Amino acid sequence: MGMGLSFDGKNLMHGFINFFRFRSTTGAKHATAHWWAQRVTAILLIPLLLWFVASIISLVGAEQEDVRTWIGVPWVSILLIFMFGVLFHHTQLGLQVVLEDYVHTAWLKSISIIFVKTAAFVLFIASSFAILIIVFAE
Amino acid sequence: MTPGQRPLSPHLQVYKPEFTSASSIFHRITGVALAAGTILLVVWFVAAGVDGAAFNSMQSFWGTIIGQLLLGGWSFAFFYHLCNGIRHLFWSTGRGFDLSSARNSALIMLFASLFLTGAAWVWGFLLMEKI
Repeated sequence: MGMGLSFDGKNLMHGFINFFRFRSTTGAKHATAHWWAQRVTAILLIPLLLWFVASIISLVGAEQEDVRTWIGVPWVSILLIFMFGVLFHHTQLGLQVVLEDYVHTAWLKSISIIFVKTAAFVLFIASSFAILIIVFAE
Repeated sequence: MTPGQRPLSPHLQVYKPEFTSASSIFHRITGVALAAGTILLVVWFVAAGVDGAAFNSMQSFWGTIIGQLLLGGWSFAFFYHLCNGIRHLFWSTGRGFDLSSARNSALIMLFASLFLTGAAWVWGFLLMEKI
């Protein structure tokens, strides 16, 4: 009987861990793509976030209706959804690197990276829905 | 050696803390803090979209001392991560790696982020005065 056919618990566990490790982190091509994506999103975020923070400051003391009016402007809503998309992509790329460096247990590392990526995606969907609801209500 | 016993990078225990290495680790700390902040930002947007009462209580929370401290911390974290991020983008082009350049750019970055944070708050308070 070959070793590869033994299905004891330890082997299954290692297979499971390696599956997620492979999916989330390894490979020279993946690393290059990650490096580029982090920098392209960073460059895009410089003007997007300066505009966003300036807009938020100018909304200081604003009522809900003022905020909704601002979000409801078509070009603002499109830029906001774009900004949230780039922001959450940048965020999950950065948090992935932090988790890869500081979480040393393989399965915990994999699961936390998957959790971060899922959370970033859910938050992007939530923010986009909130913006679209305001756009179509205004 | 079994995988659990291998020394793992980054080897924080063998480094002497320096101004430049502190500026690097603080980039990560501010990044994680800003990631946490985005959750509240999304809650704020969702509240603006669907729940007026929740939005109003969030708005008054930002006026409390804890709310102001959180905004103060996040605004500095934002400008720090922005300025140090631009420093990282310069490094990505292969420039500014020698020790004196790295120290100078760390100082410039720190003062720029403090100045921008101060300017943002002065602008915010001036707008509050007008209301």
